[in-house]
Amino acid sequence: MSDTLTARSLSRRRFVQSSGALLFAAQCPVGLSRKAYAGGAGAMMNSFVRIDPNNVITMLANNSEFGNGAYTVMSMMLAEELDVDYRSIALEAAPTTPEYYSPLFREYLTAGSVTTGSTFMPMRTAGAKARAMLLEAASQDWQVPSAELTTEGGKVTHAASGRSSTYGELLEAIHRLDIQPPETVALKDPSEFKILGKPARRYEGAGKVDGSAEFGIDIKLPGMLYGAIARPPVHSGSVIDFDATESLAMPGVVKVKAIRAGVVVLADSYWRAQKARAKLKIEWDRGVNDGVSSEQFYADYRALADTPGLLAEDIGDAIGALDAAETAGNVIEATYEMPLLAHATLEPMNCIARVEGDTCTIWSGTQYQSNDQEVISRFLGIPQQNVTIHRPLMGGSFGRRSSKTADYTVEAVEAAMGESVPVQIIWSREEDIRSGHYRPLFVHKLRGSVDESGMPEAWHQVAVGQSLMQGTKHDPGYMVRGIDIYSLDGCLQEPFGVFPYGTSYQIPNHRVESHNAPKKGIVPQEWRSVGHTHTGIAYECFLDEMAHKGGIDPMELRLRLTKDHARMNRVLSVLKEKCDWDKPLAPGRGRGVASRIYNISPVAQAVEVTVAENGDFTVDRVVCVVDCGFAVNPLGIEGQVEGGLAYGLGGVAFGNIDIVNGEVQQSNFHDYPVMRLPQMPKVEVHILPSDEPPTGIGEQATTPIAPAVANALFNATGRRVRRFPLSSQGFNLV
Amino acid sequence: MKLTVNGNEVEVTSEADTPLLWVLRDELNLVGTKFGCGIAQCGACTVHLDGVAIRSCVTPVAAVANKDIQTIEGQATETGLSPVQQAWLETDVAQCGYCQSGQIMAATALLAQNANPSDPEIDAAMAGNICRCGTYPRIRKAVHLAAALIAEEQSA
Ligand code: FES
Ligand code: FES
Repeated sequence: MSDTLTARSLSRRRFVQSSGALLFAAQCPVGLSRKAYAGGAGAMMNSFVRIDPNNVITMLANNSEFGNGAYTVMSMMLAEELDVDYRSIALEAAPTTPEYYSPLFREYLTAGSVTTGSTFMPMRTAGAKARAMLLEAASQDWQVPSAELTTEGGKVTHAASGRSSTYGELLEAIHRLDIQPPETVALKDPSEFKILGKPARRYEGAGKVDGSAEFGIDIKLPGMLYGAIARPPVHSGSVIDFDATESLAMPGVVKVKAIRAGVVVLADSYWRAQKARAKLKIEWDRGVNDGVSSEQFYADYRALADTPGLLAEDIGDAIGALDAAETAGNVIEATYEMPLLAHATLEPMNCIARVEGDTCTIWSGTQYQSNDQEVISRFLGIPQQNVTIHRPLMGGSFGRRSSKTADYTVEAVEAAMGESVPVQIIWSREEDIRSGHYRPLFVHKLRGSVDESGMPEAWHQVAVGQSLMQGTKHDPGYMVRGIDIYSLDGCLQEPFGVFPYGTSYQIPNHRVESHNAPKKGIVPQEWRSVGHTHTGIAYECFLDEMAHKGGIDPMELRLRLTKDHARMNRVLSVLKEKCDWDKPLAPGRGRGVASRIYNISPVAQAVEVTVAENGDFTVDRVVCVVDCGFAVNPLGIEGQVEGGLAYGLGGVAFGNIDIVNGEVQQSNFHDYPVMRLPQMPKVEVHILPSDEPPTGIGEQATTPIAPAVANALFNATGRRVRRFPLSSQGFNLV
Repeated sequence: MKLTVNGNEVEVTSEADTPLLWVLRDELNLVGTKFGCGIAQCGACTVHLDGVAIRSCVTPVAAVANKDIQTIEGQATETGLSPVQQAWLETDVAQCGYCQSGQIMAATALLAQNANPSDPEIDAAMAGNICRCGTYPRIRKAVHLAAALIAEEQSA
């Protein structure tokens, strides 16, 4: 911590502690602390704040907004310390320069549900430092003690003399008196907060009800051409030859050319481009993934799961305890299988690129612009700083727009090469489902035993699936002894690699192994809540099996297993009460529970289902308790919980991508169904009060919903689902 | 071909088979109406045709000449947002916001037919509008609020 905090805030509150977690260390990258700012038109007070003479305050936002609420929480933090209305702050996407890299990732990346936690100190500090300069200028200029000055609504006021100036008006004095940013600054005590901790509506909400919010797909540049790409039927395929005679004769078509992604048709409208694309005749080389099938993945992974994997954790003697328990008949065994999933953001991938000489400009909805910049600069052979990125709002992301290959970005650049105008590539939904990146398919094999009291005694888990990080530039940071920490996130009792948390449970003998499945068939990609999307199901459903085996109520079991984990234990205690756990349900109905920790918020959910004879079921009620530290924006948190669990519920209910002979079988929302309004349960959200530093909430609610629903179906019917989605096993969410 | 969009008569030159969605977006620069699937599965492209909610992605422009087309851009008046838009804003429905033009158009059409819909009626009427961000609980809430705002407006 570089740091700008006073002893006062250190001693009085715990916000400034790093919570034992390197991940959440409240680092403060407020740069430019000694850099001169420009006078005149507008002044950069520091990296994040610009003030104009007409008193427009602009925030430079270095986190992406894709529905996550980043712009809202960041503007709230800045506004709190600057004493202005957060909605009065203007906002600009910060440029792709190292000074705006995430202090956590050391890249320009919005991911991992860390925006609120990682900006909480920097944005407040930026606001407080700017305010300190304004106070200093007024104090010197008016010859009054700084302590007698107050700020409100973008003005500095000296009550005794009646003097008052807007922040913008004070710029001249800052310039004239050469006021420098302070090295350190006192932040408000949380008891003084007027904005933080109060429900706040979405910063950019107005444009999202009148149609004026501008997404990447909406941007129109002079002379721009639209591109539609015909993509190979198999991931890894490429063009051998093509005939575009018919396409070129169609109205509005300007050019057809082969690029690495396929054959691109450039036309003066998107409709014309994609209509002409349908007339292309293309000969494909199907590439190395020809013949790959997802059924074969399952078979191969099951076989691998029977062999020893890379050992991640070995507490006690799980193998010995299981062997001993075997003779007493106290061992259970199960294999859980989770399919490939597409993200299916509602705004399909798109990107505009303009290539001019040795510079490139893109307009792209992205979570990961330093990587886009890097990939483009490598591709074009130009310096990284010659790549400019404009980042509009995004119509959802869920991990898809953090592509390590920058697939939908660099292909637009390639399509724009040699063109004298900008080119916009828009993906159809079919391309999105068939040619995207996927949550990798995973198989988890588990064995467990219970002691005489029925409590879990030994746990042995082997996870098999394609690694997200292996062989990427993140390999050193997220691989431990060859193990991808995401493949096991939420399976280990102890902290692992840079993840400072374990499951919150204590099982005396606990062994977890991992196999990195061969990289083939697909490009694996983070999907909202990442590893938990499969580890959550495997761990929490098998724990439910253990509870059943030991004859212990699953809620009670979790309460006992977390007795040494105060935060999770509190979450579960509140949940038990709020969800009426002990209230009997009618026949055909069932209840399930799951509790998870992800980056580093504990969250638990209890769900109630009603199942019909034919397997149709409804999720009637979900009660969710979260502890995400200090709740910066309770209204936003509630929305993220509702949305996060909807995303996970759709995934577990019917999310499924099949690959046969290398080709994805699904293509659009009719065969890749997603959650719809009638399927949405009633959701009750309970945010536990806390003065711990804020931690993640964007993905947390996605983690327990899938196992909680599967456990509830077991509770209602006695049928245990171990292969997903639920719809493949006769359970249809209606 | 002449179209009437949000009360204005406009001349368009797109081919007759071009879906209304792309005429609105690419020719008329009314980009509040969104593309999500292209096959009438998601509702992002919902507009009103003579007051009825339709999927503009599967409606050829030739079929809508001389009909009253309303888009999200035509919902607010000089006096401000429509009651449905107000309710949406007040309920803080939007997350990414991409589906919300379509949701608002669907809700507006529903409320024109059914002034006080129940939850099941809302669910049924709006099942065709996907929200990947899962703003569904607030959509239900906002429709009820919009119904109340409209009733208030009418009794005033
Ligand atoms: S784009 Fe028309 S319904 Fe999806
Ligand atoms: S708000 Fe994102 S799709 Fe509905």
